[in-house]
Amino acid sequence: MNIFATPDLLLALPEVVLLAATCFILLLDACLSDARRQVSYLLSLLTLLVTAVFTAALPDGSHIGFSGLFVVDGVAKLLKLVTCGAVAAVFLYSKDYLIQRGLLKGEYFVLVLFATLGIFVMASARSLLTLYMGIELLALSQYTLVAFDRDSPVAAESAMKYFVLGAIASGLLLYGISILYGVSGTFDLAQLTLQFHSGAAHQVGLLFGLAFLLAGIAFKFGAVPFHMWVPDVYEGAPTSVTMFLSAAPKLAYFALAFRVLAEGLGGALDAWQPMLILLVVLSLAVGNVVAVAQTNLKRMLAYSTISNVGFILLGFLAGTPFGYRAALFYTISYVLMAMGSFAMIILLARRGFEADRIDDFKGLAHRSPWFAWMMLFLMMSTAGVPPFVGFFAKLYVVQAVLDIGLTWLAVVAVLFSVIGAFYYLRVIKVMFFDAPSESALLVASPAFKFLLSANALAALVLGVLNSNLAETIAKALP
Amino acid sequence: MNFPFLSALTWFPVFGGVLVMCLGDRRATQARWLALCIAVITLMASVPLYLGFDTHSAALQFNEQLAWIPGLHSTYHLGVDGISLPLILLTTFSTILVLIAGWTRIEKRPAQYVAAFLIMEGLMIGVFAAADALLFYVFWEAMLLPMFIIIGVWGGARRVYATLKFFLYTFLGSVLMLVALIYLYLKSGSYDLAALVQLPLGLQQQTLIFLAFFAAFAVKVPMVPVHTWLPDAHVEAPTGGSVILAAIMLKMGGYGFLRFSLPITPDASRELAWLVIGLSLVAVVYIGLVALVQRDMKKLIAYSSIAHMGFVTLGCFLAFSIVAATGHALGATLALSGAMVQMISHGLVSGALFLCVGVLYDRMHTRDIAAYGGVVNTMPIFSAFMVLFGMANAGLPGTSGFVGEFMVVLAAFHANFWFALVAGMTLILGAAYTLWLIKRVVFGAVANDQVAALSDVNGREFFVLAVSAVAVLALGIYPRPLTELMEPTLRHLLSLMMISKL
Repeated sequence: MNIFATPDLLLALPEVVLLAATCFILLLDACLSDARRQVSYLLSLLTLLVTAVFTAALPDGSHIGFSGLFVVDGVAKLLKLVTCGAVAAVFLYSKDYLIQRGLLKGEYFVLVLFATLGIFVMASARSLLTLYMGIELLALSQYTLVAFDRDSPVAAESAMKYFVLGAIASGLLLYGISILYGVSGTFDLAQLTLQFHSGAAHQVGLLFGLAFLLAGIAFKFGAVPFHMWVPDVYEGAPTSVTMFLSAAPKLAYFALAFRVLAEGLGGALDAWQPMLILLVVLSLAVGNVVAVAQTNLKRMLAYSTISNVGFILLGFLAGTPFGYRAALFYTISYVLMAMGSFAMIILLARRGFEADRIDDFKGLAHRSPWFAWMMLFLMMSTAGVPPFVGFFAKLYVVQAVLDIGLTWLAVVAVLFSVIGAFYYLRVIKVMFFDAPSESALLVASPAFKFLLSANALAALVLGVLNSNLAETIAKALP
Repeated sequence: MNFPFLSALTWFPVFGGVLVMCLGDRRATQARWLALCIAVITLMASVPLYLGFDTHSAALQFNEQLAWIPGLHSTYHLGVDGISLPLILLTTFSTILVLIAGWTRIEKRPAQYVAAFLIMEGLMIGVFAAADALLFYVFWEAMLLPMFIIIGVWGGARRVYATLKFFLYTFLGSVLMLVALIYLYLKSGSYDLAALVQLPLGLQQQTLIFLAFFAAFAVKVPMVPVHTWLPDAHVEAPTGGSVILAAIMLKMGGYGFLRFSLPITPDASRELAWLVIGLSLVAVVYIGLVALVQRDMKKLIAYSSIAHMGFVTLGCFLAFSIVAATGHALGATLALSGAMVQMISHGLVSGALFLCVGVLYDRMHTRDIAAYGGVVNTMPIFSAFMVLFGMANAGLPGTSGFVGEFMVVLAAFHANFWFALVAGMTLILGAAYTLWLIKRVVFGAVANDQVAALSDVNGREFFVLAVSAVAVLALGIYPRPLTELMEPTLRHLLSLMMISKL
């Protein structure tokens, strides 16, 4: 069989374009002088645009290629498109930040693009091996990105921590995959579905493999008790990298969980649901409670990520189509809000001043009322206050859980979201109620300001018009 | 009647508020005038609502229904009935008073101040007009945000503590209600209130749903023991914030009981009426005693609000025992009407009292009762108003305060003599703490040089107080237009309460 038949390559056209363009940028950047580094930046944006166009042009419906290793379906397309948008926004947000710190290197763009490729591969994976390839491509790019500011000891330390722990997680994941292979004799997710239909939850081998797989997934997401790396990495990495880490990869991890748990092992719902419940409750508890004690905004957002991951998995564990849609809705809206929050940090930062303490936001309402309101929108949205999109995200996941009769879990989740509201409110408190400790004007390019405003306003608009996003998701994930 | 009055009432102030904010704090005078115009237009737009309202019908009127979230079967559905219409009118009325009262007093970020109140107004009207549970919840929660900012930015010394407490308390109660609403949606397949009212539910389900609702509404009312946020919020809020808090936001709790708890979970409401009645009586008596010993004027009025709102919850839940005791609905309707009248009256009276405190505070910059004395000597006109509102607060016949309290106490006699006796204690306690407050602040010899130097109300303050006084007296002397307005709705509500869902 000719495994490289053209129709297969056509399905992977976005990935092919992305890979080729990234390699081209890598080569070209080596020949560019520092003064002309902008070229790499513009080319990277162009690459994302072209990739997005090719992704959008993919045929509708589910198409399988590369002997069943690769699939293009609605959810893959949606995840890829959102990823393109999110990564492009990361580039736009971080350009000035990188220039100010002398970090505008071609490697930044190339590494982020390779990570994007990893996300693409994961989104389209139809086999555990494809999935693993995507994970490693994404993870290795991320480890390097964290250490990108190579003169910063903190960044190096976080990267080391991330790498060591990440390697263990990859090991767990791989071990889980191999056990599953041992039990079933296949990597193919469709074959796994056939083998583990409902009632398979009691096979010891499956349970064993599943536990390892889940540990790996939880680590990638940063769910408690596999969350230790999250705060350190978020705090230590340059803010533009943190922004990337917190946003686009979540879409990939959604794909990971969806492909493995929902598509491959959907029959073993009874086995993985209790495990997820445990992860969710712990993540909500630890994430929200520990975030209260943080004084560093990046660390606080890291714990906030942990609690939000709890909510994403909450939708997931319902194991219903509505639950998966709710989880995807949550993931996408979380990506939006997280990017906006980190962009606010970048907005306030300047050379030699990272603006990553909560106190650095003191009196922002005096210095710049507009952006104080934008940050308020983002914080309230993350806290889950209507009419922002974060509220509807929580509404959907809580409904998914109530739908399967886990009322107590829904109550636990909303109660922890009240604790969560406290630390988001604290950010608003320092912005609006405290006197400014400095009066420096906010300097940012008009494009940056426009994008950030659009990002924050999107949290409001998508909230009021949430049915549009919900319908798009419902089409992608029937 | 095709003009969407309710949407206009909801969104005009919200967008107007955004517009005012865009004007910026540098053009404060323009911002104030623009805000006042918007508020006046909103009030005028609420007049046709009153005139066009069919007082013989219990159905929702001025209905507007648009698709909103088809995936959740939630629609943008607005409508008013005899319960929500008076509260909407109270909202549009109070907002104007608040804007005028804060005219020159707020110097810090004045445009944002008036804008916050306009946005609040729109959202509060949205709460009262929403006929879809999810839409209701969105307004209900969104409303917290402007209030959070109002208390936090323009409040007193401990404003941060107070505003965080306010937000988190109410948020905690609300999220439980959200879970209950989603549960109801999953059972009924629609968020429309009419569908939820029709939904049959078992007693255990009803009890849990009732408790979840109770968490949200009891915090808002507030009822003992979840009332502790209110004195803090009132004391720290700027005058306008206190007025809106007392006049409208507390009413949302009572409104919630009438709109959600009683019709959706009638059996659980009946089973747990003892709990609500007990807590209400505790509020009336115990909080009355607590009010007696306050040294801060605002705190005293805040506690008095809790005691008065106890009457509202008492009236709402007395209906069950009245029907059980007497077998007919007459007394029960009286209790419900009493609760509603009490809500409106309390909105006017406590709002006016907070305005009075604001007038004094602007001059003396203290709310400490001990710092005053003999104000009547230097501020006779003001004192006349304050005594009038004090009397209304104590429930003097001829003022609005009397009507609601009298109706509820009268209804309580139908249910149980002891309920009536304990509830009647408020006539003593309310008179005691209010009159003692008046005595210490207004009457007596001039206490100190500061009081001696006080100047009487200016035209703006006079206008605000006079308008409130007219409303208080009008409602006290001739409450019929109000009771007529809500009677069919309350009768209908009572019939829903009496039909078991089991």
